Amino acid sequence: MMLGRTANGLFWMFRYIERAENTARLIDAGVRMSLTGTQGSDDEWTSVLKSAGVEANFLQQYENVTGPDAIDFMLRDERNPSSVLSVINSARSNARMVRTALTREAWESTNECWIDLTSRLARRVKDADLPSVLDLIKQRTGLIRGAFHGTMLRNEIFNFSRIGTFIERADNTARILDVKYYLLLPAVTYVGSSLDNVQWVSILRSVSAHRSYGWVYESDLNPTNIADFLILNGRMPRSLAYCHEKITNNLGYLETEYSSRHNAHDTALEILETLRNRDIRAIIDGGLHQFLEDFIRRNSRLGQEIAEAYRFY
Amino acid sequence: MPFDEMLDADNRPRGPYSEYMSWYGEQDHARLLTKSRDAEAIFRKTGITFAVYGKEEAAERIIPFDIVPRVISGREWRKLAQGIEQRVAALNAFLDDIYHKQEIIRAGRVPRHLIERNEAFLPEMIGMRPPGGVYTHIIGTDIVRTGQDEFYVLEDNARTPSGVSYMLENRETMMQMFPELFHRVRVRPVENYPMLLRQSLEASAPPGCADKPRVAVLTPGIYNSAYYEHAFLADQMGVELVEGPDLRVIGGRVAMRTTQGYKPIDVLYRRVDDDFLDPLTFRPESALGVAGIMDVYRAGNITIANAPGTGIADDKAIYSYMPEIVEFYTGRKPLLENVPTYRCSEPDTLKYVLDNLADLVVKEVHGSGGYGMLVGPTASKKEITAFAAKLKSRPGNYIAQPTLSLSTVPILVKKGVAPRHVDLRPFVLVAPNRIQIIPGGLTRVALKAGSLVVNSSQGGGTKDTWVLED
Amino acid sequence: MQIRVSHSTEYNYSIPIHYALQRLRLTPRSGRGQTVVNWQTDIEGARVEVTYDDHFGNLTQLLSAEGDPHMIRIVAHGEVVTEDVNGVSGPHVGFAPLWLYLRDTHLTRAGKPIRDLARSIPGKDPLERLHGLMATISDKVAYEIGATDAKTTAEEALENGSGVCQDHSHIFLSAARFLDFPARYVSGYLLMDDRTEQVATHAWAEAFVEGLGWVGFDAANGISPDERYIRIATGLDFVDVSPVSGIRHGNSTETLAVAITVEQ
Repeated sequence: MMLGRTANGLFWMFRYIERAENTARLIDAGVRMSLTGTQGSDDEWTSVLKSAGVEANFLQQYENVTGPDAIDFMLRDERNPSSVLSVINSARSNARMVRTALTREAWESTNECWIDLTSRLARRVKDADLPSVLDLIKQRTGLIRGAFHGTMLRNEIFNFSRIGTFIERADNTARILDVKYYLLLPAVTYVGSSLDNVQWVSILRSVSAHRSYGWVYESDLNPTNIADFLILNGRMPRSLAYCHEKITNNLGYLETEYSSRHNAHDTALEILETLRNRDIRAIIDGGLHQFLEDFIRRNSRLGQEIAEAYRFY
Repeated sequence: MPFDEMLDADNRPRGPYSEYMSWYGEQDHARLLTKSRDAEAIFRKTGITFAVYGKEEAAERIIPFDIVPRVISGREWRKLAQGIEQRVAALNAFLDDIYHKQEIIRAGRVPRHLIERNEAFLPEMIGMRPPGGVYTHIIGTDIVRTGQDEFYVLEDNARTPSGVSYMLENRETMMQMFPELFHRVRVRPVENYPMLLRQSLEASAPPGCADKPRVAVLTPGIYNSAYYEHAFLADQMGVELVEGPDLRVIGGRVAMRTTQGYKPIDVLYRRVDDDFLDPLTFRPESALGVAGIMDVYRAGNITIANAPGTGIADDKAIYSYMPEIVEFYTGRKPLLENVPTYRCSEPDTLKYVLDNLADLVVKEVHGSGGYGMLVGPTASKKEITAFAAKLKSRPGNYIAQPTLSLSTVPILVKKGVAPRHVDLRPFVLVAPNRIQIIPGGLTRVALKAGSLVVNSSQGGGTKDTWVLED
Repeated sequence: MQIRVSHSTEYNYSIPIHYALQRLRLTPRSGRGQTVVNWQTDIEGARVEVTYDDHFGNLTQLLSAEGDPHMIRIVAHGEVVTEDVNGVSGPHVGFAPLWLYLRDTHLTRAGKPIRDLARSIPGKDPLERLHGLMATISDKVAYEIGATDAKTTAEEALENGSGVCQDHSHIFLSAARFLDFPARYVSGYLLMDDRTEQVATHAWAEAFVEGLGWVGFDAANGISPDERYIRIATGLDFVDVSPVSGIRHGNSTETLAVAITVEQ
């Protein structure tokens, strides 16, 4: 038996941890892009802010986009509820709230992550320290995941946490793709240009997939394969298909455990159908942007339906 | 010279400490200092923190932990335990009486005006006998020591006493850091407290409930200063930790919202004050409680632990009558002494107190946490003058006590150990027909040399408390 | 005298309420001067959660409503046989100590005007003084609907010089307690000569007089209760006996309609 509030707390705790990690990756990719210096780096930071879903909020605080401001805003600005510092605070508050549902290891790794990151992010991060801070974020959130996987029972607690993780992750991957979808369209003039190559690597880097891409496709970068990898590839842990396989599985466990099925189960299945046994070319022909927008909207509606079904509020 | 519990006048270890001291003699001091820092790191990592009111929002602190244990012999403990048990039994009898026939007032043993004008007397409890007849399921009795066989009860915390998680974590930490010590010294266990608490609460469930009563802990939430303890106890007992918005009256019972709908609760161990417990009955703006829980309670469908209205028993104005209360209900002289208490509401006494402020401790009748009190011997002239004015304007609001020479136990300092004043809060569980006292408790220690204020909010620390098997 | 009562309370909500609780004190009990022949409370749009005796011995019910009711209707009705006991409802029963009835409440706190009023009442005999007090209040505070509301304090009503039975009762309680009489608020029904339809319950006060017990004083009408009066609940002030009180969650607005008929 579990409180609805606890399910909600777990869901959000893991969404926030996932978000912290994703934001660190986005910043990492942004820094790489700005180092290559092939185009206006401010444009690049604008698209990073867009991918993180914080551009509008940023522009309320700043007149124009610069790398250092964007990084600071995404790392530690308290006015940004999605900054790493904000989400780590929120994740830890949620973890405290659901303390009784966590193993000691899972709680302590979250608490230590918070202790470390709040101290490292107490002041603006110097350029030279940025790589180590980004590493620390990935490391600390990785440790939480490790402690969680290593010690938690595979029960409803696990299911709600996983659902939170994958709803967030799917949202994140879809946003990254949506901001840069035009780069993945087969526009004849640019194909194979070095500029495109840099952009494509950047997309892959922002989901930590620049190495694994090569293992899977054994070919040069090409936009169709990249889209296929991030949307449909069931083995790529940040792809939309993978995330939704996991969500559907975890919802399935809940259905069995509680012997009850909700709207959310149908919605999840519907979304999964749009990702299963599909050809990426068909998706691109049908309009990639439209597809991604639909996905983001449905993914978020699924989150709300889960909240209703399991009495989060 | 205050009584030192570890060393006698000739600097020889007293009996209960002899084995510990021989171990201590073998230790490298630098290593102990390292261990002490380790302990702090453990506490911080574990999140054993408390929030400090009035400081920056959600400032979390850890309570300093001292690694030198406080040791009590089996013989001393038995004597204490008997006294506490008698007192706790009397408190419950007093509560039952005060909310029913009020025989003790009719008998003239406690003056009516003390109850009549007392905010802690809750009319909503009149005529209400809780399931199993238990009012105070959990009590933390504050005890101070002044000599070999001199123990005094300082306060009976009969509302929602806190600190038991420190008793448990302190022991856990000591066992992690010094396992060899527990092979040498036979210390009575405290770790079964959560299990005993759960059993005790279950035993007080309403008569109509199912075979296995469902217990839950009600917390005000993560911003409460004792939240860590609430989560810890729920976790250790294996019960749900609920907040007001999780609960609702359904089917004549209080039920919690789960992922599969509402499930009724039989026993609610609430860590929310009376005032906030039921917005329909008490403060209407409270979001921490459950609207209608008092109706369900009066209908006999839930146990609230502790019962609302128990504050009338640990009120500082009532405290001075505890010897009469114990005798009235148990028919025997109290085994444990009260600290002599001057009631400033009485004009002659007020004069005496004002004349002797420099030697007295003056407390607010309804205060807690060491706030709003004057410790005469360590106060400046200016503080005393200011306090005298407050006292004169509202004498009924204060009681005064002689400054007790609290016993000392050493703490680890940079160079060796140094004595510091301590008190003791043992924890008592009350079930129908059964009172259990966990052998140990929370020893609070004033970290500043000479200081008598042990409250954690005022710079106090804690120690592991050992009751020996002997 | 046999009196028939029907007391309907209806709440209508602009949009479905999320969750609401209502606490009812609507059930008279047999006692000195009144025998309840039959009585029942019909409820629509809500369900009874618990029924119990409160700390003043009043029969109390807690209702809950959730989901989508737009309306809660509570109809208490029944018949009570009464007799004239000269306003004396008798000895104190229950665990609530008499001194509790000396407690001030927010609505009955005595300020200077009420203390002056109390001091101005002549006489030594307790009963005589209490009657004097009733007459004085009746004289100084005109019966006027709309001049005050449920939150008006005794002091405010006295200062106003007008009010309804609730205000007369609060002033009486405040002054009687100041004179050291335990006193309580009584809610009930009054059979009126000129009409059967009423818009609110009636209220009066009772003071405890050694040797007699509780004695009723209806300062709004300047008399002690007789066989036309039915007692429902008692408490320290209106808040304790309020026939229907509750809370609700959600953003709907509420309209309340009360209809009471009291007839022979």
